Amino acid sequence: MTKPLLDVEDLRVRFHLRTGTVEAVRGVSFQLGRERLGIVGESGSGKSQTGRAILGLTPPPGEVTAKRLAFDGIDLLTASKRTLRTLRGGRISMVMQDPKYSLNPVMTIGEQIIEAYQAHARASWSEARDKALSMLEAVKMRDPSRVFALYPHEVSGGMGQRAMIAMMLVTDPDLLIADEPTSALDVTVSMEVLRILDELVTERGMGLIFISHDLKLVSSFCDRVLVMYAGRVVEELEAKNLREAKHPYTQGLMRCLPTLADDVRPLPTLNRDPAWAL
Amino acid sequence: MNGGGGHGGALRSFLKKVAQFVVVLMTTLFGLVAVTFFIGRVVPIDPVLAIVGDRASPQVYERVRQELGLDLPLVQQFWIYLKKAATGDFGNSVLTTNPVMTDIANTFPATLELATLGTLIGVIIGVPLGVLAAVKRGSLIDQFVRVLGLAGYSIPIFWLGLMGLLLFYAKLGWVAGPGRIDVTYSYLYTPVTNIVLLDTAMQGQWDAFWDAVSHIILPACLLGYFSLAYISRMTRSFMLNELAQEYVIAARVKGLSEMRVIWRHALRNAAVPLITVIALSYANLLEGSVLTETVFAWPGLGQYITNSLQNADMNAVLGGTLVIGAAFVLLNLVSDLLYRLLDPRTR
Repeated sequence: MTKPLLDVEDLRVRFHLRTGTVEAVRGVSFQLGRERLGIVGESGSGKSQTGRAILGLTPPPGEVTAKRLAFDGIDLLTASKRTLRTLRGGRISMVMQDPKYSLNPVMTIGEQIIEAYQAHARASWSEARDKALSMLEAVKMRDPSRVFALYPHEVSGGMGQRAMIAMMLVTDPDLLIADEPTSALDVTVSMEVLRILDELVTERGMGLIFISHDLKLVSSFCDRVLVMYAGRVVEELEAKNLREAKHPYTQGLMRCLPTLADDVRPLPTLNRDPAWAL
Repeated sequence: MNGGGGHGGALRSFLKKVAQFVVVLMTTLFGLVAVTFFIGRVVPIDPVLAIVGDRASPQVYERVRQELGLDLPLVQQFWIYLKKAATGDFGNSVLTTNPVMTDIANTFPATLELATLGTLIGVIIGVPLGVLAAVKRGSLIDQFVRVLGLAGYSIPIFWLGLMGLLLFYAKLGWVAGPGRIDVTYSYLYTPVTNIVLLDTAMQGQWDAFWDAVSHIILPACLLGYFSLAYISRMTRSFMLNELAQEYVIAARVKGLSEMRVIWRHALRNAAVPLITVIALSYANLLEGSVLTETVFAWPGLGQYITNSLQNADMNAVLGGTLVIGAAFVLLNLVSDLLYRLLDPRTR
């Protein structure tokens, strides 16, 4: 393998609160090329904070440390704010969970895409507009110029999320972090959004970090899966080998999935071993 | 999307809005007149006595009473008042003997001038301060804004006014004293709008203009400070709310500068509820900063109404109340329009 796109070693995210220090991410390490990496875990397992730490967007009073956190050879922890800003949106992007909240309600979709583009490319408004329209077309909007002029509250959840993808990919980034991109959508719409995401990631040869709590979805969508629990990676495995998971947490999760073939009643629940969190 | 109706639809909905507004205005004003009128007639003060004095003979007293129409039934009095008011006649003021409308045309612009300048100061300084306090939460500037706000709420305005006069007028001589303009300058221009700053500037009387500025600056800053205290505090809390939203993170993910994230993304959303706050604070100042007007001998509406009230001059009180009511409704309308302009979800 050539030099990895993203190199993470012993990443830790701590929040110093009045009630004490909470460590949300506790020593996560992985490497990523131009491939698809899934991060699964339950709420509070630190998967989203891992994604935000890579973007340098850990909310205050959070503190990020790592032995190594490098993107394409650039050390993200020591890089200047300026460098980080050109990386952010330009080379690393993120699709967030719910377009209802992640799009600015008082700006049109077109304005928001243009803004993302112009933050990184020297382009006139009309050039940026053409680019935005072609991006909206790339995410399979039926009528790009109409959607361009709409406000976020005027589009459906699926359209909103596709607009979000258009906005985040308009700069042709090398790495996309998708933080539960389909959790707020219903199943059919979510399949459509995933298909579009899949197509664009393949077409542009991007690296993808797909954060989700849906083990099945992640294993079908990604090459490799990290399973996180209580801020740690408890298991890393090839997506196709999910059945051979060794860690009791992953095994437990797999057992809880209902299958169509046999009717297990009651469905087993996960018994957490406090030792996993140590 | 509701723009499907084309031009005809837009016009129709606009006309509907105008009609709605007129109905609201009329209802509000009618309610105001009714309440103020009946309270004015029920209170145990005798407007006749205020005119004739307590040494008048019963005959004179009775004649004046009849002239004022006070011997008629209350409802009939009200009806007469309404009919006259509809033609713009609000009666004469007992105190100044002028028609009430003339008095209001003289005093309201003074209040308007002061309140507008005060609100401008409050917005121009208060909004950025509130934004800074929210962005640098818990920092020194945040503490400063909080103390500033607390002081604004708790210091009596007349005391601060007097101290301001003592320091900046009496001791330092930086500003002019009470009143709107020095007598020397007051004949250099003809009052048109009765807004001194506007009149002098339009007539090119710059000496008079600067004298007026020097008169208004202290009371305006004082009112500005109080509206600033309120506006900055509200801005801070609205901004804190917006800064916690996901779209702010998305804007940062896009690699936008922090300036742009704060002022263009977050503030543009915070501006929506802020409009109500600013309109309210403006209306508050318009309604009469009686104390400020008294301390600075500012011939404004608040002082006029208070004087009239103390002298049982009910016509003047009624007229003044109506003007303030109308100003309130109008401000409401303006903030409603701005709301629509800023928030596409309300269109």
